[in-house]
Amino acid sequence: MTIREKAEVLDAAGLDRALTRIGHEIVEQAGGADLALVGIKTRGETLADRIAEKIAGIEGKRPAVGALDITLYRDDLGSRVEQPQVRSTEIPFPLKGLTVVLVDDVLFTGRTIRAAMDALMDLGRPRVIRLAVLIDRGHRELPIRPDYIGKNLPTSRRETVAVMLKEHDGQDRVVIQEPEDHEPPSGSAATGREAAAKPRRTVRKGREE
Amino acid sequence: MAWTRKDLVSMQDLEAAEIGDVLDTAESMKEIATREIKKVPTLRGKTVVNLFYEASTRTRTSFEIAGKWLSADVINFSASGSSADKGESFLDTAKNIEAMSPDVVVVRHKAAGGPALLARHLRCAVVNAGDGAHEHPTQALLDLLTIREKKGHLEGLNVTIVGDITHSRVARSNIHGMRKMGMTVTVAGPPTLIPPACQEMGVKVSHRLEEAIAHADVIMMLRLQHERMTGGFIPSLREYSRVWGLSLDRLQQCRPDVLIMHPGPVNRGVEISPEVADSPYSVILDQVTNGVAVRMAVLYLLAGGKAA
Repeated sequence: MTIREKAEVLDAAGLDRALTRIGHEIVEQAGGADLALVGIKTRGETLADRIAEKIAGIEGKRPAVGALDITLYRDDLGSRVEQPQVRSTEIPFPLKGLTVVLVDDVLFTGRTIRAAMDALMDLGRPRVIRLAVLIDRGHRELPIRPDYIGKNLPTSRRETVAVMLKEHDGQDRVVIQEPEDHEPPSGSAATGREAAAKPRRTVRKGREE
Repeated sequence: MAWTRKDLVSMQDLEAAEIGDVLDTAESMKEIATREIKKVPTLRGKTVVNLFYEASTRTRTSFEIAGKWLSADVINFSASGSSADKGESFLDTAKNIEAMSPDVVVVRHKAAGGPALLARHLRCAVVNAGDGAHEHPTQALLDLLTIREKKGHLEGLNVTIVGDITHSRVARSNIHGMRKMGMTVTVAGPPTLIPPACQEMGVKVSHRLEEAIAHADVIMMLRLQHERMTGGFIPSLREYSRVWGLSLDRLQQCRPDVLIMHPGPVNRGVEISPEVADSPYSVILDQVTNGVAVRMAVLYLLAGGKAA
């Protein structure tokens, strides 16, 4: 099955502007509270770093940045044929009392965020957890809602959203992709598993996730 | 590369990429040991049975901690005081345990091939935790993890394994693993304790300790297994220690960045002197720490997947 690029949603400048705005909103809402950004691996980590730079530019102080791997907290481990690779979690500061902003590239079913919150709670007790995402593509399966959104993007389930970042993909842009053949998705069971397996990751060409 | 095996029986079976996978996964698992709450929900609802027919403290405890940190239920079954004493066969015991629906059976047995036999007969995953003088794959994996962590890489390193190679499943697993990872392996020991077929495994053989350790990046001292020393392999413990023991004097002739390893339990003053075992070159306790991480990785890869 080939993947066709359907539309460009954000170019490099648009992506940068979205992160700048998220940075401002985080600062405004935090109101001087102790901030930390925790990116969900892999692209969330990169985005968290970039937002931290934006905040440093606004506030003069860069918030602490950590990276979270949620593999061990996934809810679909027993239903996948292959085991996803476990990456390391690097949060070298105590979370107790902090305002923690979780950062991810695309918000879809919400299952990743559920896993990330469980992981954070195991590591400490933040005062507040908020959620920043570059793209909210809808189709939530859990009662989860982002606090900071780069762009709302209504999508169909068969489409995928690919966030490309210079550090990983050589360029900064966000595109919508869809399968080339126009067969309807095969059965709801498959869709459910795909959703949990974050299909947006699987379609990024040239990168082994 | 994706892990597709049902069981972990030997290092001889594994491909270099699979070994790399286990090590990468184990490296990520290490962070959990540093947490205040050492538990992740990954294997919630999975059952791990430790089926040990031979004495073990370190390995069994290590598997038990690994399973519990991943939230699996871990049950220990030791052969003494069990139905094995009443004459039940190994396979029957295993079948009975399987009837209780475990997800992973970790087995240690005095007979080489015991775990492989179970792997063929049981639907659940089987991990070899040591079978006779055959293999002890998780020990080799934790040794490789320790070396990779300290040296930054594996390929091209010179490793010397000293002692009773013949009876050592640790040596056998390590030789297979190290050769696959592109390392050069030398085995050293008295001729009575070096199997004649050793060269076929792609290792160099040395009968002089000084020569064998002079250029080694890693020296692995094996435990002299008193319990297997009934065949007149060595004249006396004291002589063995004098000729083959790693003393401070000998350590001083080694490379300045040498790593000293030992799979434990250490016979202080026999194969290794206390000063060497406690020296900054020694990574013996790092090996134990890494053992838990490696076993977490193995349990995750074998039990985490689709239910059988």
